[in-house]
Amino acid sequence: MDPFILSRIQFALNITFHILFPSITIALGWILLYFKYKYNRTKDYDWMHCYFFFTKIFALSFSIGVVSGITMSFQFGTNWPGFMNKVGNVAGPLLAYEVLTAFFLEASFLGIMLFGFRRVPPWLHTTATILVAVGTTLSAFWILVLNSWMHTPAGFEMTNGKAFVTSWSAVVFNPSMPYRFIHMLLASGLTASFLMAGLSSLRYLYQNKSPVAYFGLKTGIYLAAILAPLQITVGHFHGLHTKQVQPAKFAAMEGAWTTEKGAPLILFAIPNQELRKNEYAIEIPYLGSLIATNSLDGTILGLEEFEYYPPVSPVFFGFRTMIGIGMLMLSVAWLTSFMLYRKKSLSNLMHKLLVAMSLSGFIATTAGWYVTEIGRQPWLVQDVLLAKDALGPVSEKNVLFTLIIYSLIYAFVSFSYIYTLTYMTKHAGDHTPSDPERQGVGMGQRHTSAFKKKDYDS
Amino acid sequence: METIFSQPLLPFIFAMLMGASLFIYVILDGYDLGVGMLIDSASSHEKDIMISSIGPFWDANETWLILAIGIVLSAFPEAHGVMLTHSYIPISTMLFGLIFRGIAFDFRAKVPYQMKWRWNLKFFWGSLIASLSQGYIFGSYLTGFDTSLSSTMFSFLMALTVCSSYCLIGACWLLIKTKGALQLKAAQWARYHFINSCLGLICIALTIPALSDRIFMRWFTLSSFIIVWPIPLATSLLLFSLYRILKKQPLPNDKLCWLPYMQVCLLFLISFISIAYSFTPYIVPEKLTIYETAAATNSLQIILYGVAIIFPLLIIYTSISHYVFRGKAEQLTYY
Repeated sequence: MDPFILSRIQFALNITFHILFPSITIALGWILLYFKYKYNRTKDYDWMHCYFFFTKIFALSFSIGVVSGITMSFQFGTNWPGFMNKVGNVAGPLLAYEVLTAFFLEASFLGIMLFGFRRVPPWLHTTATILVAVGTTLSAFWILVLNSWMHTPAGFEMTNGKAFVTSWSAVVFNPSMPYRFIHMLLASGLTASFLMAGLSSLRYLYQNKSPVAYFGLKTGIYLAAILAPLQITVGHFHGLHTKQVQPAKFAAMEGAWTTEKGAPLILFAIPNQELRKNEYAIEIPYLGSLIATNSLDGTILGLEEFEYYPPVSPVFFGFRTMIGIGMLMLSVAWLTSFMLYRKKSLSNLMHKLLVAMSLSGFIATTAGWYVTEIGRQPWLVQDVLLAKDALGPVSEKNVLFTLIIYSLIYAFVSFSYIYTLTYMTKHAGDHTPSDPERQGVGMGQRHTSAFKKKDYDS
Repeated sequence: METIFSQPLLPFIFAMLMGASLFIYVILDGYDLGVGMLIDSASSHEKDIMISSIGPFWDANETWLILAIGIVLSAFPEAHGVMLTHSYIPISTMLFGLIFRGIAFDFRAKVPYQMKWRWNLKFFWGSLIASLSQGYIFGSYLTGFDTSLSSTMFSFLMALTVCSSYCLIGACWLLIKTKGALQLKAAQWARYHFINSCLGLICIALTIPALSDRIFMRWFTLSSFIIVWPIPLATSLLLFSLYRILKKQPLPNDKLCWLPYMQVCLLFLISFISIAYSFTPYIVPEKLTIYETAAATNSLQIILYGVAIIFPLLIIYTSISHYVFRGKAEQLTYY
C-alpha cells in the first residue's frame, strides 16, 4: 500500500483513539467539581465517595489521554512535516499555548486532586479540582482553535508558499471555532454523562443500591436530559454554518450529487462515488431544503459544483450515525429522567438500556469527527494545503510496521480499559480491598486486609 | 542595529528555551523513568512505595517533553520535520514504551490483585524501552542522523548511558523519598549505576570531539581551552564528590539525602552546556542552523510573550506539587 494511505490510516487511528479519552475528561472534570461542591454544601460523605469513584475513572482516562496525546504531537513531525513547513507559523504558537496554558495546569494539579484530599486543606483540594477542570477545557479550546482554523482559515497571508499571520485574533476567533468548540464541549458532556449513568446502572444490576450509585445515576441522566436537546440545536446551527463555509462537505453530508431546488432529506442511501449518484435511496421530499434553508424550495448545492470534494460514503454515513445516536440519546435521557423523577428508581430493563448506552457518546463523537475531518478532504487546511502535499519522506514498510503495533496496543488498551471499568464498578462500595471507592494507589490485598469498614467511615 | 526582540536573537532565545525544557524534562521525568526501571529488582511492597514516590508527579513531568517538542515544532518547524522523519522507528519505539508505562501506572492499582504483577512488568518494560529509545534518538541526533556503523554504535552507547543515568537519578530520588531497607537498596542501586554512568559519560565525552573537526577545534585548541577549562574541572570535582557521598549514603537522620540528586542534576546541566557549546549554531548537527529554520518573527514573538508569562507559573506549579507531597513516600490514597 501507498505510504500516503497508510499514514492517513495511522493518523486517523491515533486521533480516534486519543479523542475518546479527552471526551470523557473535559466534562468529567466539571462533574467532579459538582460532586465536590455538593459535598461541601451538604457534608454528605456519599458525594465524596461518588467523587472518589469517578476520580479513578478520570485518572485512568486522563493517563491514556496523556500518552496518546504525546503520540499525536510526534505524528505531525514523523509523518506530516509538510503541515508545519507550510502553516507552522499559525499552528506552532497555538500548540505551544495549549501546552503552556492548559496542559501544565491540569497535569500539575492532577496529583493534588487525586491524592491530596487528606494532605492539603479543603480549599486547596477544591482549587486543584477547579484548576484541573479549567485546564482540560482550556486545552480543548486551543486544540479546537487550531482544528477550526484548518477548516476555516483566517487572519493570515501566503508569502513564498508559507502562511504568515496578519491578525492573531482572526486566527483564534476564526469563523467555525465557536460552533465547533461548543459542539465538542456538549459532546463531552453527553459522553461523560452516559458513561456515568451506564456505570451507575451497572452497579444496580450488580445488586448494589447504595446512595453513591443513585447519585451517579441521577447526575448522569439529568445532565444528559439537559444537554441532549442543547446539543441537537447547536449541531443544527453548526451544520448550517458548514453549508456556508464548506459547501462541498455539506453536500457530502446530505448526499447531494446535483444542485437541486426543493431537495429531499435522504434518510438512507448507498452513495456511489463512481457513478456519482445514490442507490437505494429512501427520501422525504422537500424536507432537506426546509431544514437547511428554511424554505420548501431553497437551493442545496450539489457535489457537481466543486472541483475538490470528499469521499461521500463515510461522510454521509458518519453524519447519519451521529444524528441517529443523538436522537436515541435524547429519547433515552428524557424517558429515564421522567421515570426516575416520578418513582425515584428505575426498572431493571431501564438499567439494562442505560448500560447498553454507556459508550454511545464515544460512537457519536467519533462519527461526528469523521464527518468533519473526512468532509474536509482532500484538503488538510481548507483551500491552502492538500493532505498529499504534507506527507514526509516516510517508507511504506516503516509506516506499516508502526501502524500494526499501534493497532495492537490500542486494541489491548481499549479492552483493558473496559474490563477495568467493569471490574471497578462491580466492586464499588463492597468494602473489600478491591473497592475503588476507598482503595489507594499502591495498595494491594495484603496491605489492606486489616482495614475494616469503620476505618473508612470515620 | 538590532533590538533585543529582533530576528537574530530570537532563534537563539528559543534554542535556549528548548534546551531548558529538555533539561528540566531529563531531571524530572528522568527520575520517574529511572524508578520505573529499578522497580524490577524490588519486592512487591517496595514496588508500591516506589510508585507512590512518583505518583503525583509523573503526568506533569512528562509534559516537559511535550513542551520541548512543542518548542522545536513551533519555533523551528523545518528542523522538527527533519529530526522526526529521520528517527521514525526509534521515536515510534519510544512512544510505544511511554504508552505502556503511562497506562500501566494507573491500571496496576485498579485491576484485580492477581493481575497486578503483569502491569508492574509492563511498567518496567515501558520505562526501559522509552529510556533506551530516548538515548538512541539523542545519539543519532548528535551524529546528524548518520547511519554508518560507527555512528550506530555511538547511538547505542548513548542509549545505554542515558538508561544508566536515569537509573542513577531515579535511585537518588529514592534516597530522598524512602527510608529503611528500601533506602539502603536505593543507595546500592545509586552506587552501581554511578559507575556505569561514569564509564558511559567518559566514552561519550571523548567521542563527541571526534564527530567533526569543528567540534574538535572548539575544545582542543589553546585559545578555546582558555574558555572551556572549567568544564572538565567541574565535572571531575563533581564526579569525585558524588562518589564520596554515595559511598556513605544513607547517612544517619537522613542527613544530606537530597545532595546526590542535586549533584546528578548539576552533572546533567554541565553535560547539556557542553553539548550546546559543541553544536551551536546547529539545530540539526552539521546540517541546519537555528537561523535557517526559525519560524516567522511575529510567530516567535507571540510564543515568547506566552513563555515569559507562563514559565514562572510552571515553576510555581511544580514547586507546589513537590511541596504538597514532600517527605517520605507513603501509600498513596485517593481519599
